[in-house]
Amino acid sequence: MRGSLPPAEPFTFQPHPEARDIRRELPRHRGKHRQRQKMIHSLFLINCSGDIFLEKHWKSVVSQSVCDYFFEAQEKAIDVENVPPVISTPHHYLISIYRDKIFFVSVIQTEVPPLFVIEFLHRVADTFQDYFGECSETAIKDNVVIVYELLEEMLDNGFPLATESNILKELIKPPTILRSVVNSITGSSNVGDTLPTGQLSNIPWRRAGVKYTNNEAYFDVIEEIDAIIDKSGSTVFAEIQGVIDSCIKLSGMPDLSLSFMNPRLLDDVSFHPCIRFKRWESERVLSFIPPDGNFRLISYRVSSQNLVAIPVYVKHMISFKENSSSGRFDVTIGPKQNMGKTVEGVVMTVHMPKAVLNMNLTATQGSYTFDPVTKVLTWDVGKITPQKLPNLKGIVNLQSGAPKPEENPSLNIQFKIQQLAISGLKVNRLDMYGEKYKPFKGVKYITKAGKFQVRT
Amino acid sequence: MEQNSTILGKIIEVSCTIKSAFKGGNLEVTLKPYVSVEEKRLADDDYEYMEQYFSLNEDLKQMLESSKDSAKLDAMKRIVGMIAKGKNASELFPAVVKNVASKNIEIKKLVYVYLMRYAEEQQDLALLSISTFQRALKDPNQLIRASALRVLSSIRVPIIVPIMMLAIKEASSDLSPYVRKNAAHAIQKLYSLDPEQKEMLIEVIEKLLKDRSTLVAGSVVMAFEEVCPDRIDLIHKNYRKLCNLLVDVEEWGQVVIIHMLTRYARTQFISPWKTDDDIVEEHSENNFYESDEEQKEKDRNVKKTYTMDPDHRLLLRNTKPLLQSRNAAVVMAVAQLYWHLAPKSEAGIVSKSLVRLLRSNREVQYIVLQNIATMSIQRKGMFEPYLKSFYVRSTDPTMIKTLKLEILTNLANEANISTLLREFQTYVKSQDKQFAAATIQAIGRCATNITEVTDTCLNGLVCLLSNRDETVVAESVVVIKKLLQTQPAHHGEIIKHMAKLLDNITVPVARASILWLIGEYCERVPKIAPDVLRKTAKSFTNEDDLVKLQILSLGAKLYLTNSKQTKLLTQYVLNLGKYDQSYDIRDRTRFIRQLIVPNEKSGALSKYAKKIFLAQKPAPLLESPFKDRDHFQLGTLSHTLNSRATGYLELSDWPDVAPDPAVRNVEVAESAKEWTAILGKTKKEKPTEKFYSESEEEEDESASTSATESESGSESEKEDKEEGSSDESSASSSSSEESSDSESDSKESIAKKASGAVKESNAEEIKRKAKGISKTRNTSSSSDTASSSSEESSSDSKSVSDSRSDSDSGKSRSATSSKKEEKTAQDRKTASKQDVFLLDLDDFHPVTTPVAVPTAAVLSPSLTADLEGLSLSGSSVIDSASSLGDLPLSQWVLTSVILLRLPVSSYARRMIISMLTFSPLSENCFCLSLCQRKTLRRSKPASLLYTCSATQGMLTGMNETSATIAVAPQNSTSLVIIEKVVKAANLGVVPSGQDNIHRFAAKTVHSGSLMLVTVELKESSTAQLIINTEKTVIGSVLLRELKPVLSQG
Repeated sequence: MRGSLPPAEPFTFQPHPEARDIRRELPRHRGKHRQRQKMIHSLFLINCSGDIFLEKHWKSVVSQSVCDYFFEAQEKAIDVENVPPVISTPHHYLISIYRDKIFFVSVIQTEVPPLFVIEFLHRVADTFQDYFGECSETAIKDNVVIVYELLEEMLDNGFPLATESNILKELIKPPTILRSVVNSITGSSNVGDTLPTGQLSNIPWRRAGVKYTNNEAYFDVIEEIDAIIDKSGSTVFAEIQGVIDSCIKLSGMPDLSLSFMNPRLLDDVSFHPCIRFKRWESERVLSFIPPDGNFRLISYRVSSQNLVAIPVYVKHMISFKENSSSGRFDVTIGPKQNMGKTVEGVVMTVHMPKAVLNMNLTATQGSYTFDPVTKVLTWDVGKITPQKLPNLKGIVNLQSGAPKPEENPSLNIQFKIQQLAISGLKVNRLDMYGEKYKPFKGVKYITKAGKFQVRT
Repeated sequence: MEQNSTILGKIIEVSCTIKSAFKGGNLEVTLKPYVSVEEKRLADDDYEYMEQYFSLNEDLKQMLESSKDSAKLDAMKRIVGMIAKGKNASELFPAVVKNVASKNIEIKKLVYVYLMRYAEEQQDLALLSISTFQRALKDPNQLIRASALRVLSSIRVPIIVPIMMLAIKEASSDLSPYVRKNAAHAIQKLYSLDPEQKEMLIEVIEKLLKDRSTLVAGSVVMAFEEVCPDRIDLIHKNYRKLCNLLVDVEEWGQVVIIHMLTRYARTQFISPWKTDDDIVEEHSENNFYESDEEQKEKDRNVKKTYTMDPDHRLLLRNTKPLLQSRNAAVVMAVAQLYWHLAPKSEAGIVSKSLVRLLRSNREVQYIVLQNIATMSIQRKGMFEPYLKSFYVRSTDPTMIKTLKLEILTNLANEANISTLLREFQTYVKSQDKQFAAATIQAIGRCATNITEVTDTCLNGLVCLLSNRDETVVAESVVVIKKLLQTQPAHHGEIIKHMAKLLDNITVPVARASILWLIGEYCERVPKIAPDVLRKTAKSFTNEDDLVKLQILSLGAKLYLTNSKQTKLLTQYVLNLGKYDQSYDIRDRTRFIRQLIVPNEKSGALSKYAKKIFLAQKPAPLLESPFKDRDHFQLGTLSHTLNSRATGYLELSDWPDVAPDPAVRNVEVAESAKEWTAILGKTKKEKPTEKFYSESEEEEDESASTSATESESGSESEKEDKEEGSSDESSASSSSSEESSDSESDSKESIAKKASGAVKESNAEEIKRKAKGISKTRNTSSSSDTASSSSEESSSDSKSVSDSRSDSDSGKSRSATSSKKEEKTAQDRKTASKQDVFLLDLDDFHPVTTPVAVPTAAVLSPSLTADLEGLSLSGSSVIDSASSLGDLPLSQWVLTSVILLRLPVSSYARRMIISMLTFSPLSENCFCLSLCQRKTLRRSKPASLLYTCSATQGMLTGMNETSATIAVAPQNSTSLVIIEKVVKAANLGVVPSGQDNIHRFAAKTVHSGSLMLVTVELKESSTAQLIINTEKTVIGSVLLRELKPVLSQG
């Protein structure tokens, strides 16, 4: 994957990175006694072509040249996914994440739990996403001042200070077109001058003084099926992972409790900090004062004892002929019976072997694309109707002379089923205490394919 | 600046010449070099460079100096943009620093950003800004105080170290927990700037460790870890508190605290693992030579059943819920804590949560899988149920795939090997060849570990030899070689098969392996071996070094076993080797020749040549690469890198004998017991008091929503103490937790509501209070039995002190003062009869001699420490302290406070009088010192109460100042009046007889002369303000001060 990218300037010629800028790297006072400095020292944002487009230092300045070690590792890796998250350099450690085509590279000087940094970097990316709608290079460049202010608030001396988006939004208002117009006229600022109430209370996730004219609480129960189906169609591994995403727009300080018809289904649950753990332990009820807005209430795993009903089946016939530069490809997707709900949004992606040059296929339904560079075949099927099963069939052109691929590619399937939680989980009721009004409540169920793979 | 303008001038000059050249017509030639430079720059980075060169900086300077905030803001934004890109904006320093005192908070923030970046480079100029921060440190807005401290401590200029030290000290006793949190962060910054401050900083850390605010806990532990991780003694007293607070600390703090507590626990408790495996071991180890006495000693040790320290249990119990955290770092921290601290039987509970993390993004997966890999080597059982969760998907990145494979291999056993092997078969065919090769190695490891499947694996691997992919074949050859070595059985067929492969395989390692195999087992394949040597001898010169060496040793071995057929061949090969380019090969050749070819020079060794070459070789051990990582603490950077990272703190081994667990007992708890004992002796219980204590609890909850947890935590703490080392304590206390939980549920919901809308809650509280009073009054007249059960009052006071951390959040301010008032009101009837008790002040921490500190605007630290010492004895102490903090800056005249807690007999539970001395920092500057403890004791503070009314009688005439004022309508409630007066003048509230009369008292510092203030509310919103004092000047000043307070809204 890296091959497709034009090699960027910085690493066409690489002198020894540490040697390049020793003066900047070691400010005077640190020559005397090298201090152990915990946590995150600096952050560099690097785009896919290797440009450092943002840097932020929480302690003394670390030269950009430290990133050369990262570029080195990046070059060694086959693709971006394989860049090791933790890299050791002579004086620093680099911990990086890859999100939305941006590398967040943090510089660490001493021992620190790596997950701490990784989790924090993801939180930073989430915040950008939350503020700018997308976490892209252009969005960050356009809002560089807000980004800086955010980073300033999120870390102090490399230690996280405020990471709850509700608090951050009180400190630094997210940019909107309207506000920027108003600000330019009135000269008012984006920066709050009072300490958010949440920061001090024991419910740091909720801001005070929330007011809505329509009080609403929505819960989306989203379940994903992770499965590996083997060649013969039998299930090697299947598991249901679920989340409940909430959108709460309630005035004041509502205290909610959400109960399930069958809470025993939930095997392993992780909670948003707002949930009272003891209530769950004793009564299996989710009791909480919610944050304002969108957030993930819980994520859970359905106990593995339960058999998972796989909602689709795939018939496949993929073969490559010996000594000829072609092969056959024939895939049919069908719904399993007794589901009652339609399977929609079906997409199949296949990473074809490198030897494949091109594919000539015909789809009875939907459309397909094959990218000869990345060798990815994508078939957008759409809705499955049991009467006429979607089929994709045709010829595969192979590179002549190359040996026939050993393994048939595995098929990754995505699908969606509305109004169904495949585990059978059902919300029983939602009660609200602490406020007088009657909120509008809604629950939605969706089942999706998670990492759903069919081996062929 | 000058420099800049000269540059600008030059540029203008140049452009002029260009222009003239333009006119001249010789356009192309003149312009060319100029443009090409610019073009390049343009291409590089828009036109910003050009802009910068021509006018940007000058522009920015002008904008920064303009009077309009919008221009300044614009300039600052552009400068921050430059910093973000890593461009140098240091020359703007003087212009930027000027704006540090800007009123506009956004400009200010951006200037802070700039300062933090460049202060180190421009130290002298940075000093200009210091005074601004010093001023801001005293701002009434806690956000401004905090950010001033943040920036001040981030300016890495050594000269200001003393200023920073002072600021940190002050901030550490700030009333806002947010400021204290920032102080904890500043400690680390100062330490990295000047480590010589260590001792002083440790003092601050010690103080902050005592802080009960969840906000501070994480940051101060972080500071502790950085500054003095070896001072484990600082933790003792705070251990239980930290354990109990843990659930409420923010997630990042949790990670740090858990890691610190893991280290702590390993030094303080004895190993819980002994019981698991050592008993068996010790019995089997019974040494023949061991004396009987030793034997007995040992037996005794074994018989002494292990009981876990209740504190150890407390840690395990309180961290368990955190496994449910959404933060992967927290889950991992708890997992490593259980791994390193929990009995082996309990460590299993973490596996489920760790497996859950595998759904997360690849970076988290990577770290978690690494840790699981280490765990799975030592304790297979933990992850066996989750075997299938580690199955590899073709879409996983290679690094994740190999880690999963590693774990699968570790988990393999007789029961699951067949499924695993089937799974491995699919992996071998993977398009990712690196992964396929790793799978083959994994199969090899399974084959050696599980003898049942060795043959199956071997057969499978042999099949792979016909694979099309070279790397796969090569890897198989290498693994088969290793397997055959461990398997002394006859595998002639396989060797023959491999010999045939030699023609096709080109990978050096594989070729070398085959040659080695044939050489090693040449007696099993006597016909083929010489033929192989013949073939390879032919291709010798083209082989890789690795292969050449193996050809040489194959030759040597054959020479020794089958010299008839191979003598010439070997000599040929040796000759080739003799002239090889690589000295390794030449060396080896020489060595072999000397050894095997008999000549007169060769010594005795050649006799043993066969033994040397064909000795039985130990089979290679196929081990997990994660085997050696277990000496690092899990979840650390060092573990991930498998090398010691700088600053890694070794996890110590369990001590053989546990250090004294009593060090963790907290004094305050003891003094509470003393108190209850005293109370219990002299007083009987009064059931109605229960109401009161409950209402207090409720209030507590309104301030901290999770009070149920902290409360039950403190309860369980108590229980732990009471039950001592009994192991059941965990069970019983957890049940009590539950019960207390359910009990307070109904209350909780009310409280939750209350904390939401501050106003509402206050109103409600007042109502409730009013009810409370009337109730108590009713009952008090009928019954004369004394206060609540001793047990209750102690637990009550505990929970109140819990609320301390939040009491200054501002919400409960008015509520608390109202409470105080009511208490005093309640007490007033019997107040005069309490002399016996009022005398008994010896239990108090001596208040340090009130040093006059006129400059200090905040509470002096020593005093706060005393307050903290007292914190258990009464909530109001803290309340009044907090109300002091709310004084507007202009009126921060207060310097020291003495707070007395007067335990009060009969039905009054206790009474608190705050003796406060005020001193307006006006021209007169009434000096502030306070009633010393001695004075207080001599004068029998209780007498204050009489004196209130009695002295008023005496202090009339000249000594009385009075005024009638119009009271603003919102000030007409007693609650508000008390709050306002106390705020304005730091007077202590004294119970009066009537509802419409409020009395306050205080003593002046120097002369100790009494001051009485009476506010008498009259109809039609007027009030009579009377001040009685000998010091008439002070009286009139005070009157002047109080008047506007009451009349304005």
